[in-house]
Amino acid sequence: MSETPEVRPPVVTPVRVVIGVCLLAPFVAMLWVGSYAKTDPTFIGIPFFYWYQMLWVLISTALTMLAYKLWKRDRAGRGGADGKGAAR
Amino acid sequence: MKDGVNGVALGVFIFFFVAVTVMGFLAARWRRAETEHTLDEWGLGGRSFGTWITWFLLGGDLYTAYTFVAVPAAIYAAGASGFFAVPYTILVYPLIFTFLPRLWSVSHRHGYVTTSDFVRGRFGSRGLSLAVALTGILATMPYIALQLVGIQAVLDVMGVGGGESTNWFVKDLPLLIAFGVLAAYTYSSGLRAPALIAFVKDTLIYIVIAVAIIYIPIKLGGFGHIFAAAGEKYASTGVGSVVPAPAGQWTYATLALGSALALFMYPHSITATLSSRSREVIRRNTTILPLYSLMLGLLALLGFMAIAAGVKVTNGQLAIPQLFEDMFPSWFAGVAFAAIGIGALVPAAIMSIAAANLFTRNIYRDFIRPDATPAQETRVSKIVSLLVKVGALVFVLTMDKTVAINFQLLGGIWILQTFPALVGGLFTRWFHRWALLAGWAVGMVYGTLAAYGVASPTQKHFGGSAKEIPGIGEIGYIGLTAFVLNVVVTVVLTVVLRALKAPDGVDETSPEDYTVDAGDRGVQADLPSAASGAGH
Repeated sequence: MSETPEVRPPVVTPVRVVIGVCLLAPFVAMLWVGSYAKTDPTFIGIPFFYWYQMLWVLISTALTMLAYKLWKRDRAGRGGADGKGAAR
Repeated sequence: MKDGVNGVALGVFIFFFVAVTVMGFLAARWRRAETEHTLDEWGLGGRSFGTWITWFLLGGDLYTAYTFVAVPAAIYAAGASGFFAVPYTILVYPLIFTFLPRLWSVSHRHGYVTTSDFVRGRFGSRGLSLAVALTGILATMPYIALQLVGIQAVLDVMGVGGGESTNWFVKDLPLLIAFGVLAAYTYSSGLRAPALIAFVKDTLIYIVIAVAIIYIPIKLGGFGHIFAAAGEKYASTGVGSVVPAPAGQWTYATLALGSALALFMYPHSITATLSSRSREVIRRNTTILPLYSLMLGLLALLGFMAIAAGVKVTNGQLAIPQLFEDMFPSWFAGVAFAAIGIGALVPAAIMSIAAANLFTRNIYRDFIRPDATPAQETRVSKIVSLLVKVGALVFVLTMDKTVAINFQLLGGIWILQTFPALVGGLFTRWFHRWALLAGWAVGMVYGTLAAYGVASPTQKHFGGSAKEIPGIGEIGYIGLTAFVLNVVVTVVLTVVLRALKAPDGVDETSPEDYTVDAGDRGVQADLPSAASGAGH
């Protein structure tokens, strides 16, 4: 169970915080229904409620992609500390 | 509504159906491996799928025919509240980004085929593993049945099957044929069949949606007009609204969150995930899968279009097929129907494989024949996949459609109760196995009773999936309330059991198992022997 390497970079780093925020943001935005339950402004006749949520599909995709890129860089920077013995 | 058989549409439908049938059987030879008769081969496509195949497979798997019919149908009936499917699918991807790669790694390291395999290995508890397996099978069965409901809706609008034909055999013959074919190629080709067919299905769906979302609004005079017509309808019937009222917002949010948490607890989602080649494939997929959410959002808008187009159906499920028939030229309506019909076959195949794998690995091998060989496992799985489908068929043909829908609703509540054991287990070994089992039981019982007590204008029981949340007083998704209860019980009992030093099961996994990737030492090489079960 406890095979922790002797020297380990800190668990919480700025990059990881950014990754966390990227992944958490969609939850805040989507679960706060009151912030978008309205008709105006409409977009080509579609009420705000609908186009705003569809816009969030794109925003959350961009955020997940960013998280993915950062995570990859984070792992590479740690020399495979995350995936111990990971083939680089 | 039923104005005879639409010949052209039916012809196009049959053409596509025959085409995918041929593909389904040929799929057995696609990317075939040397070791044919193992569950890894039949049930997980050799664990060899790359980013794009996984994308099509997961998309074909998660966005089912029933989704295509039910989401716009919900909008058609009640407006905004049906749109929760969109935030739900938005939340799924950041969520699985965090835990699915870990599940992939540990499953590859130890040759796990199902989630129950993992739970048993992690907690050393066959009881907990059995609970997860049974929940999975129970939740999947009605889901398969609903795929049939999707096909039925399409056949109905085309004027074949269903309807008021006097002879039950003639009436149900088209459905029987469709399912016979599905069962046969799933049996022979395993997961490769739906993987290959998913290409056709998704291509058709994307074409249909792209055309529908441009063509229909033009014909109906623009979105402004469509939403105005919808608003009038909701106002006049007193049911639903274009924008959710403050009272409905808790329901909306809890349904989105609860459903997002539940989606990747379903066995068929996991089967598609584990069939991928590497951990990277999964993470990459979380960034491209949302394309489907966009499509789902557009599709949901069709519900409003059906209102504006004056589609009048008593059974809401027929609203979208009927809209296609009214709006499109016959040949294109045929393409649209084929998209929905094939859209039912892909998930039905994967679901039956997933349920069969659960039975084979976690009931047959764990409790009946511990020394089963890989070939035996595969044979049992194949037969069970047939039985599961027959069961679903009987379900649909003999019982009222609402029964299947009720059970699917319950299935969602149930499957969410396996979250603490699975996702909790992926990150920590702190939870005690008995506490997890108790939490699961409490969640199951509360969820079932609460859902039983929900009445609707048409039903006395199981009238919906939302109910007052105890202590908060708002109306929320029952599954999520049950889940919170489940977690509280699990945490409290874990503290108690740890204090009492109750025996902890053996954990066969080690921390680094959760981060390995394809190509790492012990991942590929260990597979055949681990999958044979010799190691346990």
